[in-house]
Order: sequence, then structure tokens, then C-alpha cells
Amino acid sequence: MEENILTVEHLRKEYEGNVILDDVNLSVKRGEVVVIIGPSGCGKSTLLRCINALENIQSGTIRLQDEVIEAGAKNLAKIREKIGMVFQNYELFPHLTVIENILLAPVKVQKREKKEVREEAVKLLERVGLKDKAESYPRQLSGGQKQRVAIVRALCMNPEILLFDEVTAALDPEMVREVLDVMLELARQKRTMVIVTHEMQFAQAVADRVLFIDEGKIMEQGTPEELLQHPKTERTKQFLNIFHYEK
Amino acid sequence: MPDLGLEVLLKGSNIMRLLAGLWVALRISLISVAGSIPIGIILGTLMTGRNIVLKAILKIYLEFIRIMPQLVLLFIVFFGSTRMFGWQPTGEVSAVIVFTLWGAAEMSDLVRGALISIPLHQYESSEALGLSKTQTYWYIIIPQTLRRLIPLSINLITRMIKTTSLILMIGVVEIMKVAQQIIEANRRSSPTAAFGVYLVVFLLYFLACWPISLLAKYLERKWR
Repeated sequence: MEENILTVEHLRKEYEGNVILDDVNLSVKRGEVVVIIGPSGCGKSTLLRCINALENIQSGTIRLQDEVIEAGAKNLAKIREKIGMVFQNYELFPHLTVIENILLAPVKVQKREKKEVREEAVKLLERVGLKDKAESYPRQLSGGQKQRVAIVRALCMNPEILLFDEVTAALDPEMVREVLDVMLELARQKRTMVIVTHEMQFAQAVADRVLFIDEGKIMEQGTPEELLQHPKTERTKQFLNIFHYEK
Repeated sequence: MPDLGLEVLLKGSNIMRLLAGLWVALRISLISVAGSIPIGIILGTLMTGRNIVLKAILKIYLEFIRIMPQLVLLFIVFFGSTRMFGWQPTGEVSAVIVFTLWGAAEMSDLVRGALISIPLHQYESSEALGLSKTQTYWYIIIPQTLRRLIPLSINLITRMIKTTSLILMIGVVEIMKVAQQIIEANRRSSPTAAFGVYLVVFLLYFLACWPISLLAKYLERKWR
């Protein structure tokens, strides 16, 4: 079970002359949950977007198993089928119902049998408590419900790896929990995930490994206990202190 | 009840003539809309493109058409084209030309607006699911653009129908002109007919535009 699903080597990303990511190295094993934390603008979301080739990169390589992920590559769509991505603002398709949102890619891209995917989709919706919303439109759902649908949409492609880009950042506090619970459940099922989040307690609970990124570099990484409870670098301590309140 | 002079409408075939006039107005609007939509879609798509010169030209065209009163445009085409090119279009042809130019300009702006209103994230989340560029446009972008566009272009039809009331100035016998003729012809027998006849004209315009406007509203709500 030591197989690397995702390998990032010497990744460098610049945007309009600014270095966003600098020599980032990361490997994710099958079944591993990696949580990335760091201040806003540190490049953590950009890293996720690079993994899905939504951003082009200046140097380095990103591989999903043996296949190189590159913006503009011919087999890009094929690789992206194996990478499930969930965005901060859900990004459901507003003109399609929940079930249509979920079925679109498996049926049109993977050419799977509609009936079979529908059964799977309904099962997944039931698991996240949204079975009765299958025929609703996204505008009829709350933020937390939309985000759970977005997760089901990504799951239905049977991806090798799931990327979560600050998926609770746009939610009202009382809806954060319902989304995080779904992600905890996925971690228990041994799904491979890379999660960018600001929820430190959630990171503690879900992560096998936590990465702290600042100014485009991985500053520190380790188990949740190591990094979140006993950070080594000054910068990590400073960052984690933001989440502490003392009177 | 004051005397509205409505009895003039019952004389001869007056009511049928009014309806025929309304049909002229509707026909010109519908032909113009049918022409405006494809031209507007092409121009609007070009307006979201990268060619700056082309965008500037289209922008000038749009502003020019918007600033010019429609009546001036009608006069330029109807009277001007004879002097300039020795070509004498009929009033109805002139009207269709002007309304198509106008409609295409307005339509291009609607298309441009609808296209740029689709957030970048819609493209990204579609591509992240493995959809190709073509599939992204076909399943995600075009359906959303059309839903924003159709109610707006239906509203454009009602604006055109209303504006056809100007074309009597270039000699087209449409509903306003027929109304005038009826009133003039009966000035002695029913001197108060103007109010009643124009009231009927108002109702006919209303009956033509209201269902269209309702349809636009319905589609807007349905596709919100």
C-alpha cells in the first residue's frame, strides 16, 4: 500500500513576475489524507489548481500515478476524470438539477450507463442526506447542501484522488459541520484526499499529514500532532497563534 | 359617459383596417427581430473576442445606433439612400433595414453581456470534471447563455413593436396611420373620435405586447 498516487516535484509557478510556488515537492500515497494550511495568498489554493492543470506551471512535474499532468496536454481530460475537485464556491451548474449535475460527467465523459450511474448517485446522495433533493435546482439548496452535492458530483467519477479547495470558507458557520462530516466519512473509507482548509480542529481530526505553506514554499510538514501541537519553525507558531484566543 | 366617437370604427371596414395596420407593425418587427438575432449573436460573440480594433468598431456601431433617434435613422435610409445611391426602397423595406440595424446592435450587447456573465469558474469546474472544451460549451456555457438571452430578446421585440409607431413618418400605412385616416375622414360627423380611436389603438398595442412581455417574464422566472 505504499503506492504514490500523486507526485509533485520541484514545482515552480509564477504569475506576472511574482513567484507563487517555489520548489514544491509533495507525494501522496493511496488512502492518505494530506491537509494543507497556511495564510491567505501563500499559494495553497494555487497548488491544488496546478494539480488539476487549471494553472500552467513554469517548471517541475506533476504526476498522477505514471501520467504527467500538464495544461494543454492531449490526454488532460482523461487524467482529470481521475481527479475529483471541489471548489470553495461549489460551482454547481445552475441550469441543471442536482441529479443532472452529478450524472453529466459520468455519462458524457466516461460514457457510462445512465441507469447504473443514477443508482450510484442516489446511493451517495442518500449517504450525505440529500436523497430528496435529487430533482431540485442548485438555487433551491443551502450552501452546505450545495457543497455536499459538489462532493457527490466529484465522487461519482470514481476519482483516484480528491482535491478540496477551502470548501467550507464560503459557508455559514452552522453549515460547516455538515460538510466536514462528509469529508471525515470519506477519510474513514480510505479515500485519497488533499484538503486546503482553515479549520484547524478539522485538520487535526482528518489528516494523516499536515503541510504548512508560506510564501510559496512548504515550510514544515508532519503528523497533525507534530505540526499543530508542537510546531518547529517560528513562522508556523506565529500562524497557528492566530487561531488561539486568550483573555 | 362622454362621446368617444367609437361608432366611427363600425363604419365600413374600419376595424379591419386598424387590425391590418397592426399586422403591418407586427410583421416589420418580427422580420427585423428574425434578422437581428443571428447578426447580433455573431457581433456579440466578436465583442467578447480579443481583436481590439474589431471591438472598437463594434462599440462605435452600437453607440451610434443607440444615440441616433430611430426617426433620424429612418429618414437617412428612406430619403438619404435615394439621393446617395439612386436606390429608392419602399417605406416598409427601409423600416426593416433600420430596425434590423438597431436590433442587431442591441442584440449584440445582450449577447456580449450574457456571455461575460458566465463566471470563469463554470468553465473550470466543467473542465475539472473532464469535459472537453466543446462539451463545456455545449452542455454548460451555451444553455446558460441562452437562458439569459431569450427573455431579454423577447423584450426587444416589444420595444420594436412600439417603435414602429414612427414609421408612418416615412409613409408606411400601419396602425397609427390608419387611425389618423379614420379620424380625418370622420372629422365632421364625429369630431370627438380622436380620443376613442387612439384609445382603441392603445388597447391593440397593449394586446400585442402584453402576452410577449408575460412570456418573457415567465421564462425569466423559470430559468432564473
